[in-house]
Amino acid sequence: MTTKGTEVTVRAFTLEDLKRILVEVAGADEDMGPDAEILDLGFEQLGYESLALLETGGRIERDYAITLADDALHAEVTPRELIDAVNNLLSAPAV
Amino acid sequence: MTASAVVTGLGVAAPNGLGTQDFWAATRAGKSGIGRITRFDPARYPSQLAGEIPGFAAEELLPGRLLPQTDRMTRLALVAADWALADAGVRPADLPAFDMGVVTASASGGFEFGQGELQKLWSKGSQYVSAYQSFAWFYAVNSGQISIRNGMKGPSGVIVSDQAGGLDAVAQARRQIRKGTPLIVTGAVDASICPWGWVAQMAGGRLSTRSEPARAYLPFDDEASGHVPGEGGAILILEEASAARRRGAKIYGEIAGYGTTFDPRPGSGRPPGLRRAIELALRDARLEPSDVDVVFADAAALPDHDRVEAEAIGAVFGPRGVPVTAPKSMTGRLYSGGAPLDLSAALLAIEEGLIPPTVNVAPSPGYGLDLVVAQPRPARLRTAMVLARGHGGFNSAMAVRAL
Repeated sequence: MTTKGTEVTVRAFTLEDLKRILVEVAGADEDMGPDAEILDLGFEQLGYESLALLETGGRIERDYAITLADDALHAEVTPRELIDAVNNLLSAPAV
Repeated sequence: MTASAVVTGLGVAAPNGLGTQDFWAATRAGKSGIGRITRFDPARYPSQLAGEIPGFAAEELLPGRLLPQTDRMTRLALVAADWALADAGVRPADLPAFDMGVVTASASGGFEFGQGELQKLWSKGSQYVSAYQSFAWFYAVNSGQISIRNGMKGPSGVIVSDQAGGLDAVAQARRQIRKGTPLIVTGAVDASICPWGWVAQMAGGRLSTRSEPARAYLPFDDEASGHVPGEGGAILILEEASAARRRGAKIYGEIAGYGTTFDPRPGSGRPPGLRRAIELALRDARLEPSDVDVVFADAAALPDHDRVEAEAIGAVFGPRGVPVTAPKSMTGRLYSGGAPLDLSAALLAIEEGLIPPTVNVAPSPGYGLDLVVAQPRPARLRTAMVLARGHGGFNSAMAVRAL
């Protein structure tokens, strides 16, 4: 988001947001584990298969009015990488 | 010598009993599960009765991860499979993955899940449709989900032949056991009591429109006027007999024989195929008609269908030549789930020596059937024949026998 030439980064998408969406679209089992541990594990390691990721990506695109790149979400991507990708899109200047 | 396939575990989800014990306690006592629909408001539909399963709490019985991706029929099937495996004393994690397969039947797939996604598509747009719709509606999904949950990588599949499919799947499971897979999870569960599933069933024109539960589904009665649909079914664990004996498993009985035919084209003048299906099953089991102690009827409750079935039974077994029953008069027709539930009831009947009754029916004398009505009938039972017909001409018959 650009205001009078000064770039303001809005960290609009957090791990809490991602966890909420994952639970909504793919269901919850036990506790996922401490945030520090899950941030850097691949989604496959966290137990989310391809359709769960497709569903998660679709929900983020819908809720945040963005379009994720094709490679933004797959089995090896980590929550940290996805959160960064979403925030980059949210802070990008509108075209 | 071909391998013998035996049933070592039962998992039942029926409108008159959730779990094998509840189901049998209700069935032997003639307790019906048919009532006015509660899962949606049926007031505007001509048919308003169904056999619904009360009190099924999937969220207490299955992992949360499975809930967003499963229709009700799949949740019931997964839980019934868990119960059947536990009943058989089988822990899938202890067995080689390729020694276990899954063959179920399905008549309609996951209608309720599909209805929800279609509603999202029409009211909100395609980006709101769940990715899980890609498989959650699908006929094969119960086989797939059971195999994934239990790590079963052996031969698997699905049979789609309406009500007959429930026997056809067990027959396919027996083929896979004969070809060398030691254990197959089989049977079927259907559940489509939702508005979309309901109008699809109404379109077939075979549903009863009566409003009194005790007068709505009356097979072999002069007042027969169609059937009441139900939800549920049964999952069976089928094993190669010597392997089951080696591990000391309880054996309910053997899948002794199977026959299946397809009706000739209407107007061809050739006879219906049910009689020949029964004869094929007898020959396959090396049984004489007099060896069969009870027949579990398909019980369509349409006069022409009832006549065809009564004539087939009479032609093979003689007039009033074998006790006949239709415990599905207590559950409604469960489509692919109906025959596995009848197989379960037949095995439990053999175990107890008691034929469960056909409820509410006053048999039409014209059919010449020895229909067991009102009260259960004690009897020495060793062999039972289960019949199942699917819309469009499918006829299947299966004999089960105590060992």
